[in-house]
Amino acid sequence: MMRKQKFSSGLSDKVRKSKAAPEIQKNPFEVKINRKKFDVLGRKSKHDVGLPGVSRSRAIKKRKETLLKEFRTKDKNNKFVDRRFGEYDNKITPEEKILQRFTLERQRTHDRKDMYNLNEEEELTHYGQSLAELEKMTDVIDSDSDSEEKGLLSAELTATHFGGGGGLLRKKSAGDEGDEHRPKSRQELIEELIVKSKQEKRERQTQKEEAQVLTEKLDQEWKSIQNLLAHKTPKETKDEADKPKLEEYDVMVRELGFEMKAQPSEKLKSAEELAREERLRLQTLEADRLKRMMGEAEEESAQTDTHISADDINDGFVLDGDERKTLAYKDGKWNIEGEEEEDDDEEGGEEEHETGADDDEGEEEEEEEEEEEDEEAGGDDDGDDDHCDLQSDEGSEDEDDQCAEEEEVSVVAAVSEEQRRATQEAAKAELPYTFTAPESYSDLQSLLRGHSSEQQRLILDRTVKCHHPSLATGNKAKLQRLFGFLLEYVGELATQNPPDLKTVNALIPQIYSLCQLFPEAACKAVQTLLSDSAHSMEETLEVKGRAAMPNLDMLVLLKITALLFPTSDFRHPVTTPAFLYISQALTKCVVVSLEDAYKGLILCCLALEFVSLSQRFFPELLNFLLGLLHLTVPDKSSTGYTVVSPFRQQGKNCDLLVLTDPNASHSWNRKPMSLCTAHRSPVERDHCRLSLLDSCLDLVKRCTSLYKHLTSYGHIFQPIRTLLLNHLPVELYPASIQDLHREILDAIPEEPSQHAPLVFKKKKPIPLKLLTPKIVQILDYGKKRGNTKEEKERERLKHKYKREFKGALREIRKDTRFLAQEKLNDIMSRDAERKRKVKALYGSLANQEGEWKALKRMKRK
Amino acid sequence: MAPSRDSNVKGESSQVSYKKTINTKTDSIIQNRKHANDIFDVIEYLQSEKEKEIIFATNACSRIFCELLDRGDLYVGVLPKEEDLMHGDRSAEEKYQIFMRHRYNSCVELLLENIGHEAFQVKETSLCTLMKFVAAEGKHPLQNLDWSEHYNFPMELMLALVKHLLSEKEDMSLLISRFQEFMEKDDVRYYVMSSVRDNITRVMERNKRAVIPVYQNNVFTLISTINIPSQASEMTNVIVRQETKHEDWKAARLKEHKRAFEQMWLVFLKYKLPSSMYKKILVILHESILPQMSDPTLMIDFLSAAYDIGGAISLLALNGLFVLIHEHNLDYPDFYKKLYSLLDPTIFHVKYRARFFHLANIFLSSTHLPVYLVAAFVKRLARLSLTAPPTALLIVLPFICNLIRRHPSCKVLIHRPSAAEEPCDDPYVMEEKEPAQCHALESSLWEIKTLQKHYHPDVAKAAMMINEPLSQQEEDISELLELSAFELMERELKAERKTIPLEFDTATGLLKSSREVLGVHFTLD
Repeated sequence: MMRKQKFSSGLSDKVRKSKAAPEIQKNPFEVKINRKKFDVLGRKSKHDVGLPGVSRSRAIKKRKETLLKEFRTKDKNNKFVDRRFGEYDNKITPEEKILQRFTLERQRTHDRKDMYNLNEEEELTHYGQSLAELEKMTDVIDSDSDSEEKGLLSAELTATHFGGGGGLLRKKSAGDEGDEHRPKSRQELIEELIVKSKQEKRERQTQKEEAQVLTEKLDQEWKSIQNLLAHKTPKETKDEADKPKLEEYDVMVRELGFEMKAQPSEKLKSAEELAREERLRLQTLEADRLKRMMGEAEEESAQTDTHISADDINDGFVLDGDERKTLAYKDGKWNIEGEEEEDDDEEGGEEEHETGADDDEGEEEEEEEEEEEDEEAGGDDDGDDDHCDLQSDEGSEDEDDQCAEEEEVSVVAAVSEEQRRATQEAAKAELPYTFTAPESYSDLQSLLRGHSSEQQRLILDRTVKCHHPSLATGNKAKLQRLFGFLLEYVGELATQNPPDLKTVNALIPQIYSLCQLFPEAACKAVQTLLSDSAHSMEETLEVKGRAAMPNLDMLVLLKITALLFPTSDFRHPVTTPAFLYISQALTKCVVVSLEDAYKGLILCCLALEFVSLSQRFFPELLNFLLGLLHLTVPDKSSTGYTVVSPFRQQGKNCDLLVLTDPNASHSWNRKPMSLCTAHRSPVERDHCRLSLLDSCLDLVKRCTSLYKHLTSYGHIFQPIRTLLLNHLPVELYPASIQDLHREILDAIPEEPSQHAPLVFKKKKPIPLKLLTPKIVQILDYGKKRGNTKEEKERERLKHKYKREFKGALREIRKDTRFLAQEKLNDIMSRDAERKRKVKALYGSLANQEGEWKALKRMKRK
Repeated sequence: MAPSRDSNVKGESSQVSYKKTINTKTDSIIQNRKHANDIFDVIEYLQSEKEKEIIFATNACSRIFCELLDRGDLYVGVLPKEEDLMHGDRSAEEKYQIFMRHRYNSCVELLLENIGHEAFQVKETSLCTLMKFVAAEGKHPLQNLDWSEHYNFPMELMLALVKHLLSEKEDMSLLISRFQEFMEKDDVRYYVMSSVRDNITRVMERNKRAVIPVYQNNVFTLISTINIPSQASEMTNVIVRQETKHEDWKAARLKEHKRAFEQMWLVFLKYKLPSSMYKKILVILHESILPQMSDPTLMIDFLSAAYDIGGAISLLALNGLFVLIHEHNLDYPDFYKKLYSLLDPTIFHVKYRARFFHLANIFLSSTHLPVYLVAAFVKRLARLSLTAPPTALLIVLPFICNLIRRHPSCKVLIHRPSAAEEPCDDPYVMEEKEPAQCHALESSLWEIKTLQKHYHPDVAKAAMMINEPLSQQEEDISELLELSAFELMERELKAERKTIPLEFDTATGLLKSSREVLGVHFTLD
């Protein structure tokens, strides 16, 4: 093995670590003391004492170990290192060596390859070939190479290859003798040989093919005979049974392989859990609402709309659940129950169902999943799947077809339902299943005109479904426009004579769901209507100095506002303007007729509804109620209270609610009034007055309980109390009103309640100024210029670099000096050797010379 | 078709004919004295049924008589009666002049009558013509006067004009507004003012001092627009230029103008006026009347009477009184007591709310006011704010805070640590008229505490201010004064919102919410 020569790093370490001998340290001549200029307390210095001799010798030693070795091996080539186990170890016997090597090899291969080899058999080899493969070799010779090899062993070839040169020559000569006398060249001989061998090969192949054909033929014949052999039947049947069994098994294995792995599905929730979840959801919503009511969350942008499920991709696809339900399967059949429900729903029989669907969306999804699972378990044919795809892909675009199919299947499945279904069909027959979204208000009008309120609802429902935002790009804008048109339509329905409030009522769920889909658009639409109406009111106020009560459409819009948006918010883009609108109407719109009083009362109801949750103080509401009650007082002189705008202390229209006929109270009974006001006869008018008064008192009662906790509760209700106690002709009114009257008087204390004087909120004490010193981290001692941290760091690094550079320079110089010394030493030693050798030579020569001279002297003697 | 065309043609022909006749006659009268009698025909047209004819004739008359006045063809001096003309021994020249003068007089009379004509065009032309006559007469006086002592101005004509202008039966506001253009001339204005004064006295005495709304309205329209230049140097714009001693002329002196203005107003206010008129007068009093009077203190009686009436009129009188107190050292006893009594629940609902709070802010700005007084105001305003609409509350709450800032001793109203945690009745007596005895200083502003629960976020926030020590800097309420409910709403509508929270209770029907109140009392049927 080749490998770079390396110095063991251990040596230099050893040199460094080895302590100078203690006697050297004790020797005062060896020690150099570094004098300190200042004695700094607490500073430990490592370098107060130095051992120059020791450190120099240590440095030289170190160089010898490292630099010198490097120098010596300079310009030398690499060398072989045999890393086989125990190669240079003479202590181990060769047998042991082999054994060890074998185990090592086994270990190595075992570690790498056969980690996961479960059957422990190692592959046995023979001459590097797997024995298993050798075993597999069949008798049938089908490989060309095999045949070739076999051909090689033929006598002629061996003769030609292995020293059969004579034989070949002999053969040739024999051929020559038979044909020509001319001897063939070697080239020709070889060509001949090749041709021959090829021919042989071809022959062999045809033989083999023939043999195969024959065996096959034999097999077939045997099969035909087999049937005749009666005693062989059991084996035969077993054979036949085996085959299909195997196939079945294979199929099953394959199926199992392809089958989806069991996925962890969500646990089906029990009713309790569902209820708990629902409660939790409502709790979070309520907490959110409360936060907004306090005005805390005003700046918080994160809105948690819990109508959105966790899987929602926020495209506003909320109604999805409802839609899919129409195409659910159960146990391989159409889910008739679901369909029925849906139908009922469409017929408007069960409003609760829809609310349930909207509310418990999670539940709905759960059901869906269940149904889907059922469907799968049923393992119905592919038709189902197709249908499902169709449904999910195209949604309700071809609801028409689907519904038709639905009908068919349901007829097959539930014959008993047929009659009912038929009647429902008749009712539904006229309505198409898809609608184009209205592009203008008149479109909407023409779409909805002439249908019953339920049908209108159905139409809208389908329109919304057909144009769900997830289906096409332009649908969002269409539906947003639709919301505006719907509001306009509702306004028109309310202004009709007589108003069609039933339809308005029926359309509310649609409006609500659209609003949930597009809060921004809904907000804009309601805002525009409010602002327009307020603007026209402002204009009439400026021109005439007074305005008429808002019409029923505005009242309905305000009511819808309260249904769509939370009125309890501290500040809300829609409800705050709505508040202001009501306030403006209650302060500026004059009451000149019973109808006005009605509208005023409706506004009061709305106002109370608006503040009922947040318990906010609404002075205009109480002013207006006081004013309305004032209208019932027959004697307007010397009152102990003041009514404010729009009412007057005295003047025309001030006796609007005074009973004309005292007997009317006997025939009056309490019942809710109609939102649509109409002209009435004198007796009816008196009844109306009584109803108004009744409602008015009820509202006052609600107010008293609502504002009970306000600090100025007593002062707020004092005028009303005075009016009720001293001026209202209670004895004229029916008993129920008298009861109400008494209850209110009980609720309002005679004397305002007591309160602690106001004090400022306790402020958090301002923490004392801390006097701990400011700690500045010193990165490096000594004088370093630069003020900022970065500059100091830079200076420090510069300094360090300089120092290191100098040190390195010094080291290099020492190295070169050392090397030069070594080289000189080498030369010196070489010279000394040479001198010594020369001296020896001279010596031997001198000896020789001496001997020779002695011999010569001897001869001469 | 035919008849109409016929009439059309006829109408046209008659039109053409009257224009032609009037024109030819006018020319002949001006050119030659022989045709003097044609003037009758021209004047006759002034009484015509047709407006166009009248207008045309008026213009013709204006031409004729202006020309004659220029020429001096009208008799100057005391006019002898027409009957006497026959047997008087006068020259033909003189006779002609007297004749023409009579015609002139009858023309003026007819024109004055035409001022009461139903058509505005006729009125306007007559007025303009008469003013031309005024100018012409001023240049060529018809009275034989001693030049050195008197100044030329056709007083009689002016008086008659004003008399007709201030009709007792008809609203002349349109014509009066047209007349204003003439009143820019200083002398006209001066003589109008004195004429109005005379006229008022005469008319009111004749009607036994009873209220005549139409007449008084006309007078008000006329005199409320009178605008006297602020500096004497600007008084150069006259319709009649005096040749001598122009500077001594009353109509050219600012002081005289002011005096005339003052007398006119005093006479006007001396008589009983309709109540709406009081409001109108009080609205403009401090701006356009008081500064133009030579001695505004003369208005004190009127103002204090108005201040005592109460209600909106008192509020308005406050402004005039303020000017008098502030600039003319008026000492008004019990002023603050009256101001205090002005505070009642209606104060937040009246039209002049902004003006009142502006003034109240000024009146209460002095730091030398006694604490009890300021506390009484603060407490009363707080109590009244319980019935106020949000627009008023947005003024009142900063107003109250400002008062407490100015008078730190009032801080006890919102911060009384000495008696904390001890519930007590509100010691404040709302019914007490005397601020010193209403115990306001012993009370606390629980009402503001109540308003912290107000439905409008801004109001609630403003009310929250009292929870913590007030900052030193006063809030500027001048911007809030004119805030209308609609503006407040617009502000709310325009605010940018990131998110729109929605109601999470699903709506199923119009009257089916979780907190239904409307559905309890009303049904959909």
